[in-house]
Amino acid sequence: MSIFLPILPELSIFLSAIILLILGLFVNNIKLIINLAIASIFFAIFLVLLQPIQSAFNNSLVIDEFSKVVKILILTGSLASIIMYHSSRKDLNINLFEFPILILLATIGMMIMASANDLIAIFIGLELQSLTLYVLAALNRNHLASSEAGLKYFLLGALSSGLLLFGLSYIYGFTGNTNLNLISTVVTPGNIGLIIGIVFVCSGLAFKVSAVPFHMWTPDVYEGAPTPVTAFFALAPKVAAIALAVRFLIVGFSDIAFDWQQIIIFLSIASMVFASFAAIAQKNIKRLMAYSSIGHVGYALIGLACGTSQGVSSLIIYLTIYLIMNIGVFSFILSMKNKGEYYENISDLSGLYKTHPYYAAVITIFMFSLAGIPPLAGFFGKFYIFIAAIESNMVLLAVVGILASVIGAFYYLRIIKVIYFDENKNSFDGFKHRSLNFLTHPAAFLILIFCIYPLPLINISNYAASSFF
Amino acid sequence: MSTLPILSIIIFLPLAGVILLSIINSDSKSGIRNLKQTALWVTCLNFIVSIVLLINFDQTDPNFQFTENYFWLNSGISYHLGVDGISILLVILTTFLMPFCILASFDSIKFSLKEYLISFLILETLMEYLISFLILETLMIGVFCSLDLILFYLFFEGGLIPMFLIIGIWGGERRVYSTFKFFLFTLAGSVFMLLAIIAIYIEVGTTDIVYLLQYDIDPSLQYIFWLAFFASFAVKIPMWPVHTWLPDAHVEAPTAGSVILAGVLLKMAGYGFIRFSLGLFPIASSYFAPFVFTLSIIAIIYASLIALVQKDMKKLIAYSSVAHMGFVTLGIFTFTLQGIEGAMIQMISHGIVSAALFLCVGVVYDRIHTREIERYGGLVNRMPLYAFVFMIFIMGSIGLPGTSGFVGEFLVLLAIFSVNTYFAVFATTGVVLAAAYSLWLYRKVIFGPLIKEDLLEILDLSYREIIILFPLAFLTIFFGFYPQPLIDIIEPSAAYLISNIANDLSLIEPTNQIESIIQMESNY
Repeated sequence: MSIFLPILPELSIFLSAIILLILGLFVNNIKLIINLAIASIFFAIFLVLLQPIQSAFNNSLVIDEFSKVVKILILTGSLASIIMYHSSRKDLNINLFEFPILILLATIGMMIMASANDLIAIFIGLELQSLTLYVLAALNRNHLASSEAGLKYFLLGALSSGLLLFGLSYIYGFTGNTNLNLISTVVTPGNIGLIIGIVFVCSGLAFKVSAVPFHMWTPDVYEGAPTPVTAFFALAPKVAAIALAVRFLIVGFSDIAFDWQQIIIFLSIASMVFASFAAIAQKNIKRLMAYSSIGHVGYALIGLACGTSQGVSSLIIYLTIYLIMNIGVFSFILSMKNKGEYYENISDLSGLYKTHPYYAAVITIFMFSLAGIPPLAGFFGKFYIFIAAIESNMVLLAVVGILASVIGAFYYLRIIKVIYFDENKNSFDGFKHRSLNFLTHPAAFLILIFCIYPLPLINISNYAASSFF
Repeated sequence: MSTLPILSIIIFLPLAGVILLSIINSDSKSGIRNLKQTALWVTCLNFIVSIVLLINFDQTDPNFQFTENYFWLNSGISYHLGVDGISILLVILTTFLMPFCILASFDSIKFSLKEYLISFLILETLMEYLISFLILETLMIGVFCSLDLILFYLFFEGGLIPMFLIIGIWGGERRVYSTFKFFLFTLAGSVFMLLAIIAIYIEVGTTDIVYLLQYDIDPSLQYIFWLAFFASFAVKIPMWPVHTWLPDAHVEAPTAGSVILAGVLLKMAGYGFIRFSLGLFPIASSYFAPFVFTLSIIAIIYASLIALVQKDMKKLIAYSSVAHMGFVTLGIFTFTLQGIEGAMIQMISHGIVSAALFLCVGVVYDRIHTREIERYGGLVNRMPLYAFVFMIFIMGSIGLPGTSGFVGEFLVLLAIFSVNTYFAVFATTGVVLAAAYSLWLYRKVIFGPLIKEDLLEILDLSYREIIILFPLAFLTIFFGFYPQPLIDIIEPSAAYLISNIANDLSLIEPTNQIESIIQMESNY
């Protein structure tokens, strides 16, 4: 039995997913299933916190400081999306008990990704997560856009999984190992086959985190999928895939860091610059958040490109703040409804502050934070990323990043402009939703409070980075 | 040295006011009155606290006083506050102008009650309006008090958020364009400063200003850092050719917004030049000084010439601000005691005079809702009191002897003359041009026959406007005749700064650079 102890959190979520699946067939009470799913996520967070540092299954899964922190971020993201689902399931026509179960299954996949230290484990985790996400994107079966999003995501996702697998097989072929620690002992500079493998794996991972030039699916899927699913896409899978990339590249290939750094630098610059320009013309707020997430991934990748301890810890800070901001923004987007109808256009927000001054102030906080204006938390995320970049002499990345953030500020400001400066159009009744308020308010509070008491997050990020360096 | 954290109190008192304002029920008429009174008394209280600060300030000590130091972000980035002779005056200027801003906002609300739409807009959102101003006050005072670069940047940039909303929500017709221009211009300038701050942090290991002022940064790096800081401050102050956001922002901002913009926000950049460009990068500063002089001279002459052809009163004053700030940058980069004192006095004087000029424009704008100079004329017949105070401020703006503007400009011209005669000649033409556009404005608005129909029934200054304008007029005259109190406060810190710079430069000049670097390192 003790062999299963290292994967106890995953196992507990898996068991609860199976039990809930059976329960859902007999009990026609979706609220109960949602509550049980939430309880199982809390239980998993508790288990993750208790776990000792160890490795399992011949070192193919490691439970270290980094994976523990990432797992807690992933579980938080899943938790937030289940709560968002609860608030909107009836109005969005997705009143299906499978949703929380699918989220739980995807969460297992992502937790394996966070721990995976072996090429096979990496692929298993990634596929478990991806297949569930394809289903989630198409969850609203009667809705054309949702089905289209699901299909589009599936086709492109399958292609990227193929690329990834191809790359993994190259790496196995040229090193003779599947374990990352063993691979790192035989990695030598100048091994072309190995580099081809890394390029393919990076392409596959770039698709999963939607970094430019593998971002094409993101705006359509974000727009088409039901909003809680979009929120889930923006929250947990990004964190998991970036964590996977960090472990894969830094543990396995730190000896040829110079080679893969170029790939990451290109992905990062392309994402930041492209996203900041492409987002300007968007009219749909979910589409805008898609481009925003592309841009934010670009910044997070700066932390990875540094490949240093400071880089990884700044990455963790950035991802945490990104997660909190997105929880806030997406629960706000879900509040944009009136009499059961959801609004998604930016212009629907016009003059919001006249009808809901308080919520207008809250979304303003999130938007300024996303734009990286001090003293809000988003600024500190970028700040630590730039410290890491300049410390490892990547001044170009920092300069491009900071210019992109100025351009990016424009489209966040545009939302504030619509809310504050334009004539009033709609009033929303979604703000009364208790479960959404339960997400928005703590998120806004954390964004505001970070500048006063940043120490916990900094300590956590240093703790996470300590597992590699 | 008192143990009371008085600077933190001054910084965060307005935030406490924000909390008070947000719990007041503003639906009823008395609720609106409560809002106004709370905001007014919070700012007044803050002014009184800052006066206490001034009384306890030791004028002979050139070092930072009332320091507070707590651990904040990383090692080396701390919550470090303190004031010296240069920053304390700007703190007082901020706390002094705030009650007038709040009072001036009451006026425009009262007068525009006739125009239902405007009053509706402001009354309905009075709470947000006052909250924006109080948050802005916190951030502005924070800029002048912070002794840590990151903390400074936090306050410096944070000020964009309330100002963006103030111009955008309560501004004029083209407010959206102006506020975006304002925000993006200043943001684009400042982000380079952020990168330089990070680079300094990595180079030196701390962002503590007190430590950095003693530390000699590698000269080759100084040039890059100086340019990065310059990008930020040049946009903010603003210098030619990146001044174009200022006239737009001024024209569209509500009166109180213009007052704060001209009175305090521009000074943040002037303060930044003195504290950071000069203090941290003396070698680069002296290297780039002719460049700054050239830009300043262009700014003075170009802005003055443009001011001559303006049709809009606020735009004219905005361009005159660009010219006046040109004198400030001239003075700062002369590296002389007179120059820095002159720049400081010019900043204080401009803070009072241009703020008052914007308030004066606000007075007539509240009455007939136009800023076009052509629409006015002959106001002296109906508004003698107004004509009187307006004249004092116009004279202050010109720099007539006997007003505070003269002291600052004279000291700056004296300093620049000792450095370079040609620059002095060009700078002096700015004074002449200032007289031309200011007197032209005054003649058009105040004198001439009173024939325009909507002016026939215009009322003179109300009781409240007298309370606002007369103290400012008094100070303009008072500092014109007796600037000694200001100089007493500035001089020790300025002299200390000058001697530090002279030390650093003397290490460089006699030898070539490489030797001097070795010499500097051996000094440690």
